[in-house]
Amino acid sequence: MTTTTTRTPTTTGRRSLGEWWNNLNRFQQWAIMIPLVVFIYALPVLNPPIITTEPGYDFPIAMFEVARYALIAIGLNVVVGQAGLLDLGYVGFFAVGAYVAALFTSPDSALTKLPFLAVLPIAMAITMVFGVILGSPTLRLRGDYLAIVTLGFGEIVRLLADNLEPLRGNQGFQQVGHPPGTHADGTAIFNNTDGTPWYWLTVTIIIVILVLVGNLERSRVGRSWVAIRDDEDAAAIMGVNTFKFKIWAFVIGAAIGGLSGALYAGQLAFVNNQKFDVVTSMLFLAAVILGGSGNKVGVILGAIIVAYIPARFLGIAEYRYLIFGFALIVLMIFRPQGLLGARQRLLTYGRQAYQRLLGRGEQISHDTSVSTDRNGGV
Amino acid sequence: MSIHHHLSSLYLAQSDSLISFDVEGLIDQFWSNTVDGLAQGSIYALVALGYTLVYGVLKLINFAHSEVFIYGAYATWFTFYALGFRPGPTAELAIFELVGFLLLALLAAVLASGATAVVLERVAYRPLRNRGAPRLVFLITAIGASFVLQQLIFIWRGGNPEQAIRLLRPEPVFEIFGASVTNITIIIVLASILLWLVADTFVNRTRFGRGIRAVAQDPDTATLMGVNKERVIMTTFLIGGLLAGAAALFYMMKIPQGAAYQGGFLLGIKAFTAAVLGGIGNLRGALLGGLLLGLMENYGQSLFGGEWRDVVAFALLVLILMFRPTGILGESLGKARV
Repeated sequence: MTTTTTRTPTTTGRRSLGEWWNNLNRFQQWAIMIPLVVFIYALPVLNPPIITTEPGYDFPIAMFEVARYALIAIGLNVVVGQAGLLDLGYVGFFAVGAYVAALFTSPDSALTKLPFLAVLPIAMAITMVFGVILGSPTLRLRGDYLAIVTLGFGEIVRLLADNLEPLRGNQGFQQVGHPPGTHADGTAIFNNTDGTPWYWLTVTIIIVILVLVGNLERSRVGRSWVAIRDDEDAAAIMGVNTFKFKIWAFVIGAAIGGLSGALYAGQLAFVNNQKFDVVTSMLFLAAVILGGSGNKVGVILGAIIVAYIPARFLGIAEYRYLIFGFALIVLMIFRPQGLLGARQRLLTYGRQAYQRLLGRGEQISHDTSVSTDRNGGV
Repeated sequence: MSIHHHLSSLYLAQSDSLISFDVEGLIDQFWSNTVDGLAQGSIYALVALGYTLVYGVLKLINFAHSEVFIYGAYATWFTFYALGFRPGPTAELAIFELVGFLLLALLAAVLASGATAVVLERVAYRPLRNRGAPRLVFLITAIGASFVLQQLIFIWRGGNPEQAIRLLRPEPVFEIFGASVTNITIIIVLASILLWLVADTFVNRTRFGRGIRAVAQDPDTATLMGVNKERVIMTTFLIGGLLAGAAALFYMMKIPQGAAYQGGFLLGIKAFTAAVLGGIGNLRGALLGGLLLGLMENYGQSLFGGEWRDVVAFALLVLILMFRPTGILGESLGKARV
């Protein structure tokens, strides 16, 4: 939740956003939070002059895209940022979610039709199964090998979508379902030209997911993830069941990916085998790494950068992969922890406890980077 | 009803063919698959050498190596173009002209790929080494670099592959078990094995090669013993780049329409699979893995159908990493005999 700077008891440095936030009392936090959330919800309606992407790109749709990327980034952050498992095939889970939504709601599919909102949990459940199927054999691997295996998995999912007859390849599924409700004139509220209701739905889901993931992070599960990320062997020696918690991270990340895939399918009302290639996976990863992996606010910022900037400045949309590629290289050299880095939470927990004991205020440690494999050095 | 026919009607799924097995096709085309698989596999092997060498020395999966390769393919295409050849029917050339032009294209491809690899090392990886960055940071940088190199071509040349320019028409030279072997196949397989021999000799028999093996084994001790680590790393990238450039020329001879901005990705992943299959960090493993992958891909294509060709390679990658991540011959550049 924080960006942090070095502060030792003797020197006074810049106070970070996170520190400032944590030092506010509950009332002040709510006083800031409520107007902020209202503003976020109101954005597509307000359509503020400088922020707007029009006339080039429909603003509510752009906001939905941003929200969708934010949801994906939050999910991928659980895997990459929290547990330190570099997943290059995240788009695979996204694709599974989109196809589940299409298969259960599109008239082009032979399966029983279900209401769209009922399909969302089904999509999550099925992607979770995929997460277990992929995770249980592969999570024995470390670091870069895991990255390559997940890349292979993502490509296999894409090729299956290309080749399997029932998934209809390039032809795809038309008229994917949407949540219920109609306007006074009988048109559906959730249609594919109006991004606003989809945006509201996605933002609501994001808030719920943020609360859930935030609770997980502060629980024993979250501490285990950080321990695994920082040093897997040490975590195992200290009694953390590393395999179990890695699977959990993988599965939770997969479920969020599947959920965003289903939303994507619903908004577009169409799914085919395009858009699930490895480049999309890399863009998701770029959102997490740019913003600051391990930091929920950071990855949302990353998602906003990755999804909003190409929509706002259409002139650079063609160059976006190039720009984000450069950004990754430069960032890795000068600020590997991302724009808003995660703090080293385990150290922080220890230090906070110690300082509470001494009756001093909270001090927060150095930023940390994507740091799984420190001992395997280069 | 013959056994073949019976087998070929086996289906994985219940009713319509989800995935069908065409055993008859596999048996019919076994030898032509073998010949083509060896040619394809030699190209994988040359690219795999680049992955293996860099991994052996730096423990880095050089994700951008696929782009190093595709830059060579573009250099080949532009050399042909600059020599006055245009897409269309194969040119009629005297033998010495043909050899001269191909050598010129080889030179261009090798220089382009080698330069790309060295620049990549200087610009992207060296700053990270100087900062002692963790391994995943290297991998993310490699992904970023791969993106950038790919997109530079895309912006310059657009999304469509360059149109095929052929200098040499594939002509059957002889037959094995009814499978014809073309002149192109012979050139590719022989030249690849020769280049592999040169690379293997360089690493295992020369003074500089000993430096590479020393750095692979223990960078700090090697530095203390007077090995110039930075120079060794630079040379390793250069050798990998040169071999990828040569592979690019062979690739363009086999698949003349192969210069596409995303064309490196798939081949790169497959070459990496080949390297892991043989045992990453192991030069012999790269050759063995490359040839095996080429063969299996082709057999798989006959068995399951052409659209499953890439799935065979990816499934193989996942299976090897899961069950035997050290590959067939084991990871060994670091543990090489001195």
